[in-house]
Amino acid sequence: MLPLFTDRFFIWAGALLYLAGFIAGCATLVRRVPPDRAQTMLNTLLVGGLLLQMSGLYLRGAATGGCPLGNKFEIVQFVAWSAMVLYFVVGPAFRVSLLGLFTAGYAAVLALVSLLIPAWDAMRGEKLFGNNPWVELHASLAVFSYGVFGILALTSLMHLLQNFSLKQKQLNGLFWFLPSIKALDQINFRLLATGLVILSFSLGVGATWFCQDIKSVDSTKLLATAGVWLAYFIVLLLRWRGRLYSNRFAWVCIVLSLLAMLSLGPVNASRHATHPMTVLAAP
Amino acid sequence: MDAPVPHPTLFLLGASHQTAPLALREKLSLNQERAAAFTTRLQQLPGVRECALLNTCNRVEVYGVSADLPTLASIRAAFCEITGCTLAELDGACLQLANGEVIAHLFEVASGLDSQIVGETEILGQVKAAYAAAQVRRLTGPVLNRVFQKAFQAAKHVRTHTAIGTGQISIATVAVDLAEKIFGSLEEIKILVVGAGEIGVKTVQSFQSRGARSITVASRTLAKAEVTAAQAGGWAASIADLPETLAAADVVTCSTSAPGAVITAVMTATAMHRRPSLPLFLIDLALPRDIEPAAGKLPNVYLYNLDDLAEIAEENMAQRKAEVAGCRAILAERTVALWHQVAPYLHAQVPFAGTDGSAAGTKDPRPAAPPSAAAHPPAPPP
Repeated sequence: MLPLFTDRFFIWAGALLYLAGFIAGCATLVRRVPPDRAQTMLNTLLVGGLLLQMSGLYLRGAATGGCPLGNKFEIVQFVAWSAMVLYFVVGPAFRVSLLGLFTAGYAAVLALVSLLIPAWDAMRGEKLFGNNPWVELHASLAVFSYGVFGILALTSLMHLLQNFSLKQKQLNGLFWFLPSIKALDQINFRLLATGLVILSFSLGVGATWFCQDIKSVDSTKLLATAGVWLAYFIVLLLRWRGRLYSNRFAWVCIVLSLLAMLSLGPVNASRHATHPMTVLAAP
Repeated sequence: MDAPVPHPTLFLLGASHQTAPLALREKLSLNQERAAAFTTRLQQLPGVRECALLNTCNRVEVYGVSADLPTLASIRAAFCEITGCTLAELDGACLQLANGEVIAHLFEVASGLDSQIVGETEILGQVKAAYAAAQVRRLTGPVLNRVFQKAFQAAKHVRTHTAIGTGQISIATVAVDLAEKIFGSLEEIKILVVGAGEIGVKTVQSFQSRGARSITVASRTLAKAEVTAAQAGGWAASIADLPETLAAADVVTCSTSAPGAVITAVMTATAMHRRPSLPLFLIDLALPRDIEPAAGKLPNVYLYNLDDLAEIAEENMAQRKAEVAGCRAILAERTVALWHQVAPYLHAQVPFAGTDGSAAGTKDPRPAAPPSAAAHPPAPPP
């Protein structure tokens, strides 16, 4: 393969297409073109971005012989990829107007930030999963669930914006094209449940191996992951019992998503403490 | 000196809210019988080759192809005869256009640009009905067929590619749009109508037109509530049961003549306590207001009063008006293109009506076949 077409090249190209999708989506909104009419162009850009990003991640995975989750850069890229994959599942199923635009912005920010911080990709953990496909599945599902929670944060943000527009009677521009409050509420609940199920399954798989080799898991990682799971579980319980709803529920989902993303730092660092690191060529 | 050569013309004669005051429009309006009589007269005029009558509450317009200018004077005379107005009255309010201007005007009319409520869609249906009626009576020919069909396409294009039709502009439909922003589909929502006033009933009808089925009408007198509920196909309730019915409702429209608040913030809070995660849309259509403003500050409660709804309607209307220039530019291009296609056909027509005055609708007054192929070029491509 030509030196130009490295994994980072594809990931850069994918990130730029996400950004292009976001900018194009915003432009159509400014021109007051209904989002459904601009959907084809947006989806084309996002599919292109997804394929390019996936190619980059595939090259990384092929080079290391495992799921590309070896450092912070790869984890964040995987979260962005998961969110985009989920958009193509959730979008058509729920017909959530503007979700493509929001997801494009979210994935572009995650992908570009991780590309622009070289330190995140300076080193990468070796044999993090010990050639164990179950541990790999555990890790990839856990990170995928963070992608689900990322989409949940986006739909929660849409809920807050829609609620603001209806309360303040500001119904122009972007606000007019947002989905209904009730639809967003239902989607949020389903995304929360989906994310939690995936994370629970991931933790279940991880726990099976953790019990066999208790030294393999750092306590920081365990606490951070269990904390995220517990927090989302409590939120689901409160939402289900009708104790947490509307704006508060949306705010909690956004804050939790940010905390979950921040928890990836200590989780990643703790893995590196127990596994050898490889210094990568300067990106 | 040579006599002037007869020059076939695509013409429009008519009056609308743009040219005539209401009082005169009342006089010029054509009921079904008068419209039929006028159409028959048009059919009998020897110089009228094609025609279609657009007759709505805001406009009476004759679109047609005339053999010469005197024909237009005959049409005016016939119109005055049918409506009873004087020629001077008609001349003061009459819009007369020719050729390309007619196409431009019809495009604007069909697109709703010329309507009193800019961007309204009802007019397109009325233009289609006028065209269909003219077709049934075989009053149209290659020119009007082409012009009307292109007008429908132009109207659809403008509506699809501009924001001329976006945003509701009546209080009731704005309220329904808002409800859709809260609930999405309105089929499963429960509507509570407090007060059996006309505006409340109209709002409910708008909700029903978008699929709402569950209606409860609450009024001070149960008998009045029952009457309104029967009209709306819903249930009646006493206003004394408001705290109970409020908790079960998704949308509440209030339009009583009560001097004070009928729905208080405390009452709303109590109702919301029983259904905290479900949104509640309160529409206060009364003056003085029926719902305490503080109710709108509760979580998941959305309160809109008459001023709020009117403001949104005005904003939408302003937005539509801002789109008019862009729409006209689109239509102008199409007008020029169509005029170039239609003009050659104007000179190649024969009158559909003989001077024998054969009754319209009873038989096709046009010749069964064109007199010559040269006189009737093939129909323009679609």
